[in-house]
Amino acid sequence: MDNRLKIELERQGIVATTLQELYNWGRKNSVWPMQFGLACCAIEMIATTMARYDLARFGAEVFRSSPRQADLLIVSGTVTKKMAPQVVRLYNQMAEPRYVIAMGACAISGGPFKQGYNVLKGIDRYIPVDVYIPGCPPRPEALIEAFIALQKKIAAQPLTGEGRPRHLDADAPGEFPVPAFGEHDLEPPANESVWHAPLTQIQGT
Amino acid sequence: MKSVEEIKSAIEAAVPGAGVELVPNSSPSAQHSLLLAPEKAVAVATFLRDDAELAFDFLSNVTGVDWPEPGYLEVVYHLYSMAKKHGPLILRMRTENRIDHVELPSLTPIWRSAEFQEREIFDLFGVVFTGHPDLRRLLMWDEFKDHPMRKDYVDPDDFEYEPTAHDAVLERAIEHRKQLSVSSGQ
Repeated sequence: MDNRLKIELERQGIVATTLQELYNWGRKNSVWPMQFGLACCAIEMIATTMARYDLARFGAEVFRSSPRQADLLIVSGTVTKKMAPQVVRLYNQMAEPRYVIAMGACAISGGPFKQGYNVLKGIDRYIPVDVYIPGCPPRPEALIEAFIALQKKIAAQPLTGEGRPRHLDADAPGEFPVPAFGEHDLEPPANESVWHAPLTQIQGT
Repeated sequence: MKSVEEIKSAIEAAVPGAGVELVPNSSPSAQHSLLLAPEKAVAVATFLRDDAELAFDFLSNVTGVDWPEPGYLEVVYHLYSMAKKHGPLILRMRTENRIDHVELPSLTPIWRSAEFQEREIFDLFGVVFTGHPDLRRLLMWDEFKDHPMRKDYVDPDDFEYEPTAHDAVLERAIEHRKQLSVSSGQ
């Protein structure tokens, strides 16, 4: 439907919408995050939910203590290699539709601890990430910005065809392999179906 | 507090054959330390804690040092006295080598606060503390085989994505690219 006509109809008290729009409108305004913090970013995440920044304005006030009831995993902090299997396991336990925000430098790349022997170089090596927030730690405004970006992403998801949410796609993977503790590193070091090393030019190669 | 030399002679008077050596520190801090013989270390530590004048009742810190040359692992204890308000006294112990004779006596029975720090040194340096009540890895997982704080530790080759590589990381990233092109036959 033509957007101008839609606005004109709304002025006359007639709401014209599609099932997809209505469905996504409901979904995007009731994203319940999981009550799960990893490091200092978690403090900013907690601040975001409190009265001053008030994430409740966006329909995300209920932090669920169980992954079964949560829609959003905010990976808020450094993911150590010892913790990574647990993060993947929690993500596996969440019901579709589920989304992931990688919050802060550590969660997206390892951050200041990138060369550490015990720090995972980004949680996107094991689970799909929807929104990345840089920062160390990101301010609550940045988390709200990421949350709005996620809402826009949900609102734009078609219910059929390419790019539909995974709970409407029977072929989409439901469970992601949990890495095992190896003798020298996590095994495997990355989930090949989720993560590919971005093509970068390195001086001297 | 008594000087380190005085403490050394007090130890030698109280524990026969203690085998304590003075490790001098030539820096301006002049924080000399005592090198203990592992077989007498528990007796010496007990004396240091229970002696009325010294009364080192507080173990502040335990750390490890890896010496590839001449080839041993070292453990360093920092002692203070809460009762006498003095310290620190620095104790050292050395293993025979870095490969198979890496046992040292645990001082956890003397100072309980050594427990987690000795576990950490066991984890990261590979020093085996005999007499420790619960010697397990503290930071890394149980299946882990390496000791990351040793100088010859090589971390896993996960340098496939280094957007701003420089120095040692750049070398590892280039090395990774080369290995990748060798394995894919390009």
